[in-house]
Amino acid sequence: MRKYWHVVNIGIQNNLTYRFNFLVRAVFGLIPLMAILFVWRTIYADKGAGAAVGAYSLAQMISYYLLTTLVDALTAVNEDDWQIAGDIKDGNISQFLLKPIDYLTYRLCLFFSGRLTYLAVAAIPLAVFMLCLHQYFVLPPNGAVFGIFLLSTMLTALLQFFISYTMAMLAFWVLEVSTFIFILFAFEYIASGHLFPLDILPRGLAQVLAYTPFFYQLYFPVSIYMGKTAGPALLHGLLLQIFWVVFAYGLARWAWQRGIKRYSAVGG
Amino acid sequence: MSPQSKVQSPQSAEGGQPPVSSPTSSNGPKSAMHSPQSTVHSQEAGVKRGETGIGIQHPVSSIQHRASPITHYASRFTRYLGIYAALWKNSVTREMIFKTNFVLWIFVELLWFGLQLSFISVLYLHTDRIGTWTKWQVVMLIGASHFIQQLFQAFFLINCANLSELVRTGKLDFLLLLPVNTRFVVSLRQVDLGGFVNAGTALGVMAYAARQMHLAPTFGQVLGFLVLCLAGILIHYSLMLLLASISFWTVRAQGIVWGYYNLFQIARMPDEAFRGLFKAFFTFAVPMLLVANVPVRVLIDKLDRAGPLLLLLAMSGLCFALSEWGWRVSVRRYTSASS
Repeated sequence: MRKYWHVVNIGIQNNLTYRFNFLVRAVFGLIPLMAILFVWRTIYADKGAGAAVGAYSLAQMISYYLLTTLVDALTAVNEDDWQIAGDIKDGNISQFLLKPIDYLTYRLCLFFSGRLTYLAVAAIPLAVFMLCLHQYFVLPPNGAVFGIFLLSTMLTALLQFFISYTMAMLAFWVLEVSTFIFILFAFEYIASGHLFPLDILPRGLAQVLAYTPFFYQLYFPVSIYMGKTAGPALLHGLLLQIFWVVFAYGLARWAWQRGIKRYSAVGG
Repeated sequence: MSPQSKVQSPQSAEGGQPPVSSPTSSNGPKSAMHSPQSTVHSQEAGVKRGETGIGIQHPVSSIQHRASPITHYASRFTRYLGIYAALWKNSVTREMIFKTNFVLWIFVELLWFGLQLSFISVLYLHTDRIGTWTKWQVVMLIGASHFIQQLFQAFFLINCANLSELVRTGKLDFLLLLPVNTRFVVSLRQVDLGGFVNAGTALGVMAYAARQMHLAPTFGQVLGFLVLCLAGILIHYSLMLLLASISFWTVRAQGIVWGYYNLFQIARMPDEAFRGLFKAFFTFAVPMLLVANVPVRVLIDKLDRAGPLLLLLAMSGLCFALSEWGWRVSVRRYTSASS
């Protein structure tokens, strides 16, 4: 176990070299978010006082986007998939086949340290942004809900990572994985609630989405925090989220096993 | 003709830049003095020319029309046109090597375009208008913004994004040594052909939206739209090059260049949604709210005064001038790498 702590440590130091990049990314990332908030504000203003879109008041809508930004900062895979694919393509994984280190655990440690560093850097612009909009920032209904939110956020991070890891495994078979990653990312982007809360969609569509993994990549923890998912639906959702995490983990392991049989250690 | 003499020949017509002379033709006193270095230079330039296949041999190089400035500019123009044609040929060859990838990238862009459109349709499930913009007007706006962005991507994006890598590795040396304007060759080296296909789909969506609105723009409106699109592309290009020039100051500028991607998302939002400082900033400092909004307003008869139109044209000129200044200041800082 100790060796993996070293990996986390090295990962943090490595990532700190990119602190400027992280900062730029965090700041630029806020711009489209602000644009979306402006658009919503205009829509609400036209509807008149006390208007609602779906089950959202303006304050709740803004709160939703603030929370997605926060959860996204905590869980999004940054460059891990490109790096893993690069490791496979360049033959860098050979060294891990010879050492008593599990590559998936190793990458998970790096992902963890990456998130930690990103959060440390992005905290500054994020905090300023949230302070500006603090009147919209709602607190969770109670402590228990907040606890479940944290649990779900952690599961989301794992799900994000395992899916990215599996996608990166494609590098065993094809030379250029970025197109595949972008295709999946497009679906994740819209179906996980990045652009709008999923429950403003027509009811049937939202219900179908609740069975896809995308639903649990962002929207689900946010809906828990906001008290939109509670009671039996919450339990049902958590079980489904755990199912998808385990499934993605299995898929990641399986893809690695299959890939390693094809692996020819280029450049190694 | 050897590669060296190919590099050599246009120099005589160029006139302005310091000659890169090869030892075989060092007949002037100046070039004889500099021959040790310039031999290396011209060889490197020749090698680079061979690598990228930039055919610099042009028809007018042998005709020395120095007398009339008009013919001088005309010959310069044909020369650069010839170079650009060769760059195109190169890019086509490159794309054809990775056919599947070429098609897949078009698919990716199509998917993201569809994603933007579905976002708007979700918004319009819950409202009739954003400001005064109706659904199909916004579809038109997203189409136009995509059209502009894709043409920008086709001509400039990869090249701007690659600049930081050229600086970091010192490969810019080779481009600086070519007897052409460096900004020209840095900005236009590669053509992303998929961008034209995507721009085509954007036009298709716009045509569909126009039908839905029963819109029949006049010839003048279409022409105005296209001219303003050019201004928009020029703004994107100038700002992107300016951002990319930061790589002369810091090694890790790639993130900054990709950060620009976030700005495209503002360009496709209806301008009326924005207020205050945000609107002022993205109109007068970084004119994202003009780039697609103004051309579309011309096309759909939504422009009630000439102000925004003139502003867009003025801003594109200003951005271009600014980028030229920034580029010159930045290149002066270039210190190459290793060697």
